[in-house]
Amino acid sequence: MALILERRGTTLVPEPIIPSVVLGGTAVARAGSAAQKERLLAPVLEGQGTLALACSERESRHDVSRVATTAEQSGDGYSLSGEKVWVLGGDCADHVIVSARTGGAVDEAAGVSLFAFDPGADGVKVEPLKTMDGRRAAHITLEGVKVGPDALLGDAGSAAPLLEEVMDLGAAAACAEGAGLLESAFEMTREYLCERQQFGAKIGSFQALQHRAVDMFVELQLAKATMLLAALKVDADADERRKAISTAKVQLGQSGKYITAQAIQLHGGIGVTDEHDVGLFYKRMNVLMALFGDEEHHVARFTSLSGFERSAE
Amino acid sequence: MDLSFTPEQEAFRREARAWIQSAMPAHIAAKAKNHAHFEPEEIREWHRVLYDKGWVAPNWPKEHGGAGLDPTQRFILGEELVMAGTPELSPFGLRMVGPLIVQFGTDAQRQRFLPKILSGEEFWCQGYSEPGAGSDLAALQLKAEDDGDGNFILNGQKTWTTYADRADWIFVLARTNSTLPKRQQGISFLLCDMKTPGLRVEPFLTLGGTPAFCDTYFDDVKVPKENLVGPLDGGWSLAKALLGHERVSIGDVGRSTRALHNLKRIAKKTMRDGKPLFEDPGIRARIARLEIRIESLRMVIYKTLAGAELGKAPGPESSILKIRGSELSQEVDELQMELMGLNGLNWFNEGAVPAHEYWVPSNLNYDRATTIYGGSNEIQRNVIAKGILQLPGA
Repeated sequence: MALILERRGTTLVPEPIIPSVVLGGTAVARAGSAAQKERLLAPVLEGQGTLALACSERESRHDVSRVATTAEQSGDGYSLSGEKVWVLGGDCADHVIVSARTGGAVDEAAGVSLFAFDPGADGVKVEPLKTMDGRRAAHITLEGVKVGPDALLGDAGSAAPLLEEVMDLGAAAACAEGAGLLESAFEMTREYLCERQQFGAKIGSFQALQHRAVDMFVELQLAKATMLLAALKVDADADERRKAISTAKVQLGQSGKYITAQAIQLHGGIGVTDEHDVGLFYKRMNVLMALFGDEEHHVARFTSLSGFERSAE
Repeated sequence: MDLSFTPEQEAFRREARAWIQSAMPAHIAAKAKNHAHFEPEEIREWHRVLYDKGWVAPNWPKEHGGAGLDPTQRFILGEELVMAGTPELSPFGLRMVGPLIVQFGTDAQRQRFLPKILSGEEFWCQGYSEPGAGSDLAALQLKAEDDGDGNFILNGQKTWTTYADRADWIFVLARTNSTLPKRQQGISFLLCDMKTPGLRVEPFLTLGGTPAFCDTYFDDVKVPKENLVGPLDGGWSLAKALLGHERVSIGDVGRSTRALHNLKRIAKKTMRDGKPLFEDPGIRARIARLEIRIESLRMVIYKTLAGAELGKAPGPESSILKIRGSELSQEVDELQMELMGLNGLNWFNEGAVPAHEYWVPSNLNYDRATTIYGGSNEIQRNVIAKGILQLPGA
């Protein structure tokens, strides 16, 4: 999966793999009953429909267990109310998986549940949004949206660990796509250095630029190695998974910022126009850096892991 | 391996770890615990312990005294040796001239030199750099003239000949021919007994206050022609082959990992506002960022190893290890210094600071060398730009 995403990253394929398959699809696959999987996943696998996962709120930042959206018992089903922001692919999904609270306080992990709803249902307002990378997302407002008992995925109140896992899977996917993207951004820049002439010479013959290119290459190798680490540890036990994913996501941020910014810098003025592709890498990378926990989030999580306390004595 | 180890490999790791713990002499173990500097005598002592175990030259072919370990086992052994803080063995015999004699030497040379490198009976130093030939190694001028009587006569100077004052032999790159069109031609690889008349060594201190560096002067030093390794005038290819012997080593990453553990110990024992520094979220984040950078580089090594198991030569990814590994080792030193506060002022005052802080100021200074030795990081970048990225020449 990581290798497919990496290859797709090299050409910036704008398919909704991450929103629909990695996020929505995994949530259903891991929490759903056989009937729910048949109903929600089969269209995705057949290419007939897409899913989206609505788990971010205005005040949740990267903490998916901070959930203010509520799900109240209503008849034999539930009534959903709240606002979700930046739902990837939420502008056109056939079904949306949403986190909502069936119990507990707003910042408690216990009490978070997952529901599937039809975005065309009464009380749902979808505000389509463009994102920096030319893709689509949505703010979704729910006002007393009625769903049946079969909308609840998994046991009520127990979805927080799964959501964290899905976010980690998203981060691993971002690292894979990012590694491919960075490879292309680097290669495009390397080729430009071999072609572009100034001062009567190919600019790639200038040592200052050669060393910059090598530093980009160093960052690329780090991103590629940690992408593999993340992919291999997505199913490891929780702390091992967290350490690997946070390492890879922080590294993606470091490598991503440096390589895509320097790719523009070394292209010069043409890199800052909408005419040249190099800027597209920069835009997509900035989106990948912000999704599924940014550097700051993953550094903080890294310090909370048991292994971090280990020292020489 | 796929970036993780098999049960058999983990079993080998446990075996190696247990053996190291039991084999390390108490005074060496005590120093290891505090991240202290090892004296050459202690390095030799540990060399002999590894020799007796058969693990002193894991990277050598088995028939010449290697340990008969596969690449991953060698790596694991290296990782355990570094993580246990054992003295780093002198590389000049085991990692440099030894493998070159295996690859380019005559049978007579192999029989004469290899056993004593293994046993530790003879220690070596490296005569490459000269005052006028550092990064530009091909500018070297140590002259080796044929005396017509079966000898080369050496005149000139080598510098940075680390521990030449304690070495038994030196391998040198010397100019045997100045008439060839390229400077890289006409250089030969010679082996010279340090007791030869006319050879003089002057040690000087490193920036870290430790003895290690030397100048070595050659004044009509006679070297028999049987001590020429490889082709006459063709020593440059040996110098380049040495780079190929570097292989995948835990090297700087292992040292940085150990130093990071020491750094956390400093953070836990240093107080600010009545609390250990390690409880400060800002400090924790900085330590975590450093640890993540070290872990990322470790993954590059693992990825290279995984390729080696499939029989692939180290890929371009391994070329970055020297650059980033050396930079990280300096960053760990710098953060340790910062966390130590005024204790960082200490310069070899016994008992003035906790034992685990004693060597940090010296290491901070000496480790400036890590981005310079073995081909400065700028030279590394030149090599990668040309050899791997294939950027145009000037």
